[in-house]
Amino acid sequence: MPDISRDDVAHLATLARIDLSDAELDHLAPQLAVILDSIASISEVAAEDVPPTSHALPLTNVFREDVATPGLTAEQALSGAPEVEEQRFSVPRILGEEQ
Amino acid sequence: MTDTLLTYDDALAAYDPVLGLEVHVELNTASKMFCGCSTVFGAEPNTQVCPVCLGLPGAMPVVNGKGVESAIRIGLALNCQIAEWCRFARKNYFYPDMPKNFQTSQYDEPIAYDGWMDVEVDGETFRVEIERAHMEEDTGKSTHVGGATGRIHGADHSLVDYNRAGIPLIEIVTKPIRGAGARAPEVARAYVAQLRDLIVALGVSEARMDQGNLRADVNLSLSTKGSDVLGTRSETKNVNSFRSVERAVRFEVQRHAAILAGGGSIVQETRHWHEDTGITTSGREKSDAEDYRYFPEPDLVPVAPTRDWVEELRATLPENPTARRARLQQEWGFSDLEMRDTVGAGALGLVEETIAAGASPQAARKWWLSELSRRANDAGVDLVDLGVTPAQVAGVQALVDAGTVNDKLARQVFDGLLAGEGTPEEVVEKRGLAVVSDEGALSAAVDNAIAANPDVADKIRDGKVAAAGALIGAVMKEMRGQADAARVRELILEKLS
Ligand SMILES: [Zn+2]
Repeated sequence: MPDISRDDVAHLATLARIDLSDAELDHLAPQLAVILDSIASISEVAAEDVPPTSHALPLTNVFREDVATPGLTAEQALSGAPEVEEQRFSVPRILGEEQ
Repeated sequence: MTDTLLTYDDALAAYDPVLGLEVHVELNTASKMFCGCSTVFGAEPNTQVCPVCLGLPGAMPVVNGKGVESAIRIGLALNCQIAEWCRFARKNYFYPDMPKNFQTSQYDEPIAYDGWMDVEVDGETFRVEIERAHMEEDTGKSTHVGGATGRIHGADHSLVDYNRAGIPLIEIVTKPIRGAGARAPEVARAYVAQLRDLIVALGVSEARMDQGNLRADVNLSLSTKGSDVLGTRSETKNVNSFRSVERAVRFEVQRHAAILAGGGSIVQETRHWHEDTGITTSGREKSDAEDYRYFPEPDLVPVAPTRDWVEELRATLPENPTARRARLQQEWGFSDLEMRDTVGAGALGLVEETIAAGASPQAARKWWLSELSRRANDAGVDLVDLGVTPAQVAGVQALVDAGTVNDKLARQVFDGLLAGEGTPEEVVEKRGLAVVSDEGALSAAVDNAIAANPDVADKIRDGKVAAAGALIGAVMKEMRGQADAARVRELILEKLS
């Protein structure tokens, strides 16, 4: 049975850049444990001869020709950007690490 | 903070270096790996983007078949096994250069694995084992604004161009390379240089290190001599020339050794390479940020190359590098030493192309290994990035063969070529470098030299022919080097006989 601790949830929240308060962690951690338990019930019905799968489609090798096709204009691409400078997306400075 | 270093010899006396190299190859496909956006270099910012490579909600990727084909060909050329079935995976991280908040990569199912490449160092063959080669995509390009240095440190904000995001990359990872001993820096350099040659021969990438088509990460650890236990490694990122790969390994060996010899322990971290000072500095420590939570990419179906396809691609491989070196040595009539020096200078392909453009093997070797190697060394760049093409070198040699310029003037032609003054002929024209074949002017210059140096002239009249050198020098000076020294000597001896 999968087990998810309050610390696990805090860790995942950090990785996902979601700021959770102590109260929210207290609230969410047991809920996630219940959700995982529910999903784990699938393993009870999974037969030995059914391999784990990551894809719903029974397809392989779906390839595209290597041909360049027009995409968006810069105006379209940048239209949803909160800030634009020099035809580029402007983002807040990145903390904590150097490129 | 500057790091303390042990001398290289002391470091090697106590420790064995263990290398690991990760090379990213940017493929030269016409379109990106998972969308149809163009990959042409140098376009205006954000003009080669679409919902897929911008990570817009609902956009669906489709794999570029040519990217898979190139990955398989690289794998085969590196003597790898090709996976019967493999998947793409999401590598999750948050950074503005990857707008999807994950990079589409491969995790535990690389398309190619368990290969090797034989690397030649000083005439000896060293086998480098390949762990894997996998497919992934490049990131966007950030420019940091507001800081003094253009780096993130102190920057107010960053500007991102996503033209590069999604361009196919193949990451080639070696197994730990042991047993190179004191030659670890040379082995690392030779591996990257010869891998580049292979990539060029495959025709799958422009493979220009100075333009970032080929990027090397250098992992290094030290084992106590005689011990099998691997030390903690550092990862020096984005080392972007062959000579820098060699220098970075040497520096890290000395830095690790000083820490270990002082009783300290190595921190597992990424390091930044500084081309100008030849040192590495601390990047970030491995931490939570390295928890990428890989999982299979649900939007891309698995890749299952049929064995027929793999064999078809195997038949397209270029000659293997060892056989190629042997064949070229034979064709060119190079001695073992000449061949070793040519390979060592990273000039094999350049010499080959120069010969193909019309120069003799010895002339091609001479220019690349002496004059041009010296200039590359002075400029701190690899020979291939110097900015002189094989066709130009062949052109200069043709001018020498035609007697238009002598070797000394030819060196000035290279000055002009490097300054972007056009073809070798145009440089000769613009700079007025042609050897003067006007006998009248030459004869007058010889007369002047004799008149100005009566003592020397007397010696030559007395049969001391060796003294002619001083007069030749004077004539060449007056002719500003634009004379055929052999003809000047003839004239002097004629006049003084
Ligand atoms: Zn795109």
